[in-house]
Amino acid sequence: MENILSILVFFPAVAGLLGFVVDKESARAYGITVATIEFLLSLWLWFSFDTSNAGMQFVEMIPLIPDMGISYYVGADGISLFIILMTTLMTLIGMASMGETKNIKNMIVTLLFLEMTMVGVFVALDAIIFYLFWELSLVPMLYIVGAWGGPLRIYASIKFFLYTFTGSLIMLVGMLFVAYIYHNLTGVWSFAITDWYALVLPVNYQLWLFAAFFIGFAIKVPMFPFHTWIPYAHGQAPTIGSVILAAVLLKMGTYGFVRFSLPMFPDASVISITPIAVLSLIMIIYTAMIAYAQKDVKQVVAYSSVSHMGIIMLGLFAMNAEGLSGSVFQMLSHGIVSGALFMLVGMIYDRRHTKLMSEFGGIASVMPKFAVIFGIMLMASVGLPLTIGFIGEFLVLLGFYQVSPMMTILAGTSIILGAVYMLRVMKRTFFGPLNNEENKKLKDLNRRETWSLIPLVAIVIWLGVYPKPVLGPIDNSVKALLSFMDEKAITKEAKDMIRVAKSNKEVN
Amino acid sequence: MLEPINVSLESLNLITLAPMLIAIAGGLIILILDLLNEKLHKSLYVMLTVLVLFINFGSVLGLNVNERGFFDVMLIDGISIISQLMIIGGSMIFIPLALTSKRFHEYSYPEFFALFLFMIAGFQFMVASDNLILIFVGLETASLSLYTLIALHNRSNSYEAAVKYFTMGALAAAFFAMGSAVIYALTGSVELYKVAEVMATRLNETGLMIAIFGSSVLLLVSFAFKLSLFPFHTWAPDVYEGASAPLAGYMSVVPKIAAFVVSIRLFGMYIDLGIEWVRWTILIIAVLTMTLANIMALVQNDVKRMLAYSSISHAGFIMAALALDTTEGNTSIFLYYALFMFTNLGAFAMLWISRHKKRRFDDRYDHPYEKFAGLIQIMPMGAVVMGLFMFSLAGVPPFSVFWGKIYVMQAAVNAGYIWLAIVMGLNSAIAAYYYLKLVVYMFLKDPVKDVDVVYYNISKPLMAIIGFATVATVGAIFYVQPLISYLYYMISASGY
Repeated sequence: MENILSILVFFPAVAGLLGFVVDKESARAYGITVATIEFLLSLWLWFSFDTSNAGMQFVEMIPLIPDMGISYYVGADGISLFIILMTTLMTLIGMASMGETKNIKNMIVTLLFLEMTMVGVFVALDAIIFYLFWELSLVPMLYIVGAWGGPLRIYASIKFFLYTFTGSLIMLVGMLFVAYIYHNLTGVWSFAITDWYALVLPVNYQLWLFAAFFIGFAIKVPMFPFHTWIPYAHGQAPTIGSVILAAVLLKMGTYGFVRFSLPMFPDASVISITPIAVLSLIMIIYTAMIAYAQKDVKQVVAYSSVSHMGIIMLGLFAMNAEGLSGSVFQMLSHGIVSGALFMLVGMIYDRRHTKLMSEFGGIASVMPKFAVIFGIMLMASVGLPLTIGFIGEFLVLLGFYQVSPMMTILAGTSIILGAVYMLRVMKRTFFGPLNNEENKKLKDLNRRETWSLIPLVAIVIWLGVYPKPVLGPIDNSVKALLSFMDEKAITKEAKDMIRVAKSNKEVN
Repeated sequence: MLEPINVSLESLNLITLAPMLIAIAGGLIILILDLLNEKLHKSLYVMLTVLVLFINFGSVLGLNVNERGFFDVMLIDGISIISQLMIIGGSMIFIPLALTSKRFHEYSYPEFFALFLFMIAGFQFMVASDNLILIFVGLETASLSLYTLIALHNRSNSYEAAVKYFTMGALAAAFFAMGSAVIYALTGSVELYKVAEVMATRLNETGLMIAIFGSSVLLLVSFAFKLSLFPFHTWAPDVYEGASAPLAGYMSVVPKIAAFVVSIRLFGMYIDLGIEWVRWTILIIAVLTMTLANIMALVQNDVKRMLAYSSISHAGFIMAALALDTTEGNTSIFLYYALFMFTNLGAFAMLWISRHKKRRFDDRYDHPYEKFAGLIQIMPMGAVVMGLFMFSLAGVPPFSVFWGKIYVMQAAVNAGYIWLAIVMGLNSAIAAYYYLKLVVYMFLKDPVKDVDVVYYNISKPLMAIIGFATVATVGAIFYVQPLISYLYYMISASGY
């Protein structure tokens, strides 16, 4: 199946359309089955993926609007492969663990369409197709937050939509300008990213374009100071919305940096290392402090998720193989861990209809399974060795140490600060006396909830102990990316900064 | 002694007049039918109109590109053919909307359909000539018919709308006549191609710039009225509100196509002559139009008024493309309207199916946002379709208007106006808010009252038209390529 990527993209969409016909009562089973098939298809993608090949695989290209150079062009490399896997996995598990009962059919159909757009973003190799899926992903998310969210849901959903929409329109102008330059140089219209890679742009063009793309991606990540939409989105979204948002949608931003900004504008990327690192540090430390001040468990998880996105950003701009691989790996681990944490918070919310820490305390004694799984995820989030969170964070810090030891030390505080606010959550919800009468009647995780979390726990520990099957292909593609950037860079500073991994062959 | 004037029939090339004559003959047939039998049902007239338009469409397709006829006043070039096709196409989507399940005053008069056909003939004259007098005649024929069509809706605010549109239109016509007079005084001709030649030779004469300036300003004001550009847009929301919903949708597309064609001919000429400040004036007007109309649309309480302001803003987008004066810019005007036509007419038709005789939701407005609250629960398909139209208007890919927007923006970037592309992008972001507001009402709020009456006016023909508009909106990605290459070919063939 050479066209597996197209199947991966359009299968959920077709299933979503057909889902309108499925009866309400059976909608959940339908959704889970479809998501499972999609996940199996993505596993197939992994098995048929040639891990020694660092380039694009499963490439398909069908011209759509040749006069404008727009074509349906998809492909996957080691970087996108695992993000696609994570997307299908988190959609499946999110759906399976979903406690939502209101309008369940609409929710399932919306999630399936959302899955299409998410997979589409990660396989697109044509800028306009990328933009198309990128924008389209806003619509189902708007509906999920707006229809199933908390009291401020409408405000939150509109804020989410407008923020991202504005940013991406600026990005669109950037894309159009790149296409224009490409046309000027070659006489051909093309929006294919692989064609754009061949463009060597003067530094001032690179800087402007980098800025245009930066606005689009940074809002999505969300980078400080564009992060203000996320507390509302997470705070108001239903559990499934937060899971998908944290696990996948935020990754679109960081993925965009890897796919567009770094290879297309290497010199501008090197020039922006310091400003971006400073913003990332603010993200890491400032949001960690906010997380500490929260009374609501979900907000703690939300801010910690933003804080960890800072680590990912830092790694992306380390300009060496450790940092970039670590960063891509951290995207996966962040997706799984923060997704799981949001699910766990959702489970306790379904039982008690509150997320305030002050309402809890000592529930480890009534909900032992819950407490154990929460504990494991929490440790992974903090970055405890032998969990998935450690690998990514360690590699990022290792990579960025070569850029600036001082900033790396500051970034390292994320582990300490993370431990501070996460352990506080742990202490105040699970330990201590079980005072609140209502908590005494709490039921532990049921079978459905347990079985949807156990795969995640398994992955957290498996990849924490033995990350090589995942890290290997990522590393391959990252190294190819770096040597490409190094060749393409025109300024000497950039060439010096971008470390092509030659001495690190033994990592493989 | 006067020479006898010999005119051979062949040199007249009467075939160039055929499309307009078909429309006029169709109108006359409808009037005669009414004389013979008064009791004929409106569906007959609707279908007759569609058939006449069909023949008209065919006759336009059969025209050869770049021909002149009828004492050289008719000009059949690429843009006149594509604009005639679009005018007829838009009219063919519009006219079946008369077949509502409820009876409306205007459609009980066959004159409505006759006037409608005369109006189309007027638009066709406008676009198929570069003679200022014939353009004026076409403009007035079309406008006078249109005023009457609005007033036929038989409600107090329809009269208000018609009178308002009439006074404004008369003013615009006056400006057009004065502008043409100045041009005639300058060049001694009303044929635009001769005007361009003479003007090019006289550009450097001292003291003449003020006259050229005067002519362009007068014409610009006139077309700014017709195209509802800032600051001459104030009539548009009231007129749209007073007109029936489909007619409002129609007015936001078809008359503007005709006016844009004339604008391309007129202002393209000024810009080609190297008079840069005409370009800049148009650009400034365009930017102000899109921005201010967007901001006004944000605060509307009525969906129809919101759509009115939004179509003003879209007109601003397209006006900016006109100022670029590149083949791509001109292509984008037609591409944008071709794509916008389906979506916008569809959106107005959605208002039409929810039309009530009495205002049930608000004392002031026919279509307040509250009316659409919770539409997803009352009429799920309707809500989804309207949602698609709104996302399309907002420029969310892959729906139709997105491709128009991206083409306009690409044309702006290619012409070196990156700031313009950014302004357009930001405006799209502002616009997203008010489209989203309707989506939020439809999908995320609960119905307010009397849930069964929202789709009061629906009928099978209306559903068919809306279905067609939906397919055209959603499937745009599949026909954009042939559309672009056809438009681009036709426009470059006519030298714009």
